[in-house]
Amino acid sequence: MTDRLNAASAASQRVRSPYSNWFYLPAAIIFGTLFLLPTAASLFFSLTRWTLFDYEFIGLANFVQFFQEPFLVKGLINTLIYGVATSGLKVVLGLLIAVLLTSDVVARGYLRSVVFFPVLVSTVGVGITFTVMMHPTQGVINETLHFFGIKGPQWLSDPWLVLLSIAFVDVWKGVGLATVIYMAGIVSIPQDFYEASTIDGATGWQKFWNITLPLVRPATVTVVLLSLIGGLRSFDLIWAMTKGGPGFTSDVLASVVYKQYQAGFYGLSTAGNVVLFVLVGLIAVPLSIFFNRREIAL
Amino acid sequence: MKRASRYWVGGLAILVSSVVFLVPFAFIVITAMKDRKAAALRELSWPTSFHLWDNIMEVVKTRDYMLITALVNSTILTVASVTLLVITGAMVGFVMQRRPSIWTSVANFLVLAGLIIPPAVVPTIWVMQSLGIFKTLHGMVLIEVAYGLSFSIILFRAFVATIPRELDEAAIIDGAGPLTLFFGIVLPLLRPVVVTLVVVQSVAIFNDFTNPLYYLPGNQNATVQLTLYNFQSQFNTSFNLLFTNILLITIPPLIIFVFFNRQIVAGMTAGAVKG
Repeated sequence: MTDRLNAASAASQRVRSPYSNWFYLPAAIIFGTLFLLPTAASLFFSLTRWTLFDYEFIGLANFVQFFQEPFLVKGLINTLIYGVATSGLKVVLGLLIAVLLTSDVVARGYLRSVVFFPVLVSTVGVGITFTVMMHPTQGVINETLHFFGIKGPQWLSDPWLVLLSIAFVDVWKGVGLATVIYMAGIVSIPQDFYEASTIDGATGWQKFWNITLPLVRPATVTVVLLSLIGGLRSFDLIWAMTKGGPGFTSDVLASVVYKQYQAGFYGLSTAGNVVLFVLVGLIAVPLSIFFNRREIAL
Repeated sequence: MKRASRYWVGGLAILVSSVVFLVPFAFIVITAMKDRKAAALRELSWPTSFHLWDNIMEVVKTRDYMLITALVNSTILTVASVTLLVITGAMVGFVMQRRPSIWTSVANFLVLAGLIIPPAVVPTIWVMQSLGIFKTLHGMVLIEVAYGLSFSIILFRAFVATIPRELDEAAIIDGAGPLTLFFGIVLPLLRPVVVTLVVVQSVAIFNDFTNPLYYLPGNQNATVQLTLYNFQSQFNTSFNLLFTNILLITIPPLIIFVFFNRQIVAGMTAGAVKG
């Protein structure tokens, strides 16, 4: 009797929990249908020749094609270069600017606003603006260089330079975010460390190298992971500036996916998506595990 | 930093940052003010005659007032997506923080997956087509919600932790059910983080180019970012109009930046310090 009573009250308590698991439902439905289901389906459809209405199972043929066609391989390599270049530059420049902006330099508010504002501007707009400014003969950049007697490079038509030019614009647009993340990290370092090191006679460089750099680690982790994941998936800036050209020299995985989709090769496009997924996973997951482990060890 | 170096380092920083970060914006504004011929020179020179208003009128009229349609579409898309993101994200963040269970770990894993995994494009179109929401604005809203949920949940879960449980308990003793508790007590207390999320996600969704390109094709449905892309070929020889368009769609983020600078930075650096 008491057992049944207890069970009943326990059951009613579970039902009446003020934190209802039903609250997961709306988010779960949207996320499940439009994100999880397509992701799971992509694993299957990447193995098919697919027209949306009909599919034919062809095994790994799409992936074989992906690693044999030179322009698809080029896209894969470019993705890696682009991701590493943008995130590396954002870490270095972001940290330098953040150190400057957390010192007692004049006009900090102005500087922070100027550096951060591009983060909020339309990527396509930025892409078009820089495409016009990077015109080899009539663009503002090369005309300025010409004024100083320097012959500017062909930013967007030199096959060796084009990807780095776009990466540069990406850094221009994104370094503000890295900067504010680093600023938050630097501000949270206790001042005592700096005061103690001043008493011990440390130079500015020693303070930076031995105090700031190790203690902004969490911010570095965030900046590296955010910009790597963003850089590897990057599409809109590249598409607005060169559409992957000239030739295929600035194609990345995301633009390959779009081109194959436009051309109607849905299976191949989906295979590209899976390759991108695996690439991002292979880089981001070990990196975050590695970073987090180091942090616990500290 | 010594007194003197404080000034010359600052001066140098102002000079460099102005050249690097302000010149592109100056170029946009100046080109938008020129007539077609002067703009075609792509020079960073002060316009000899001003045509900003004419340019605006012409851009607005292009393709049967496409920019106005696009502005309406973008506004609906942004407002609807952000509203849904706040409600659904806050509900999940709330329960995740308050009631650890098997679902918490599942949700944690899915949140991370949502942050890392690039969306599978064609399968998503396939799913949307079978549901009849491909090429529709409400379908696009749901896509933005699905892609923004992870960020929203992380932000809300962290903030719910700062609301004392005693408040919940008091409300429960007063007879509040789960819905009253959440919508009546907790959600109003989440206001600071709601503002942050609204600002950050509004900018992101308003500026989103890739997803509307895939899931919302067609001139009737164009969003402002797509007008820019569509006009790019049409205005190939009229840089004045192209840059007027860029100028026009930069204004909403600029307004948000001026009024909500602090919230944006707070939202974007959330979790950065603790990792």
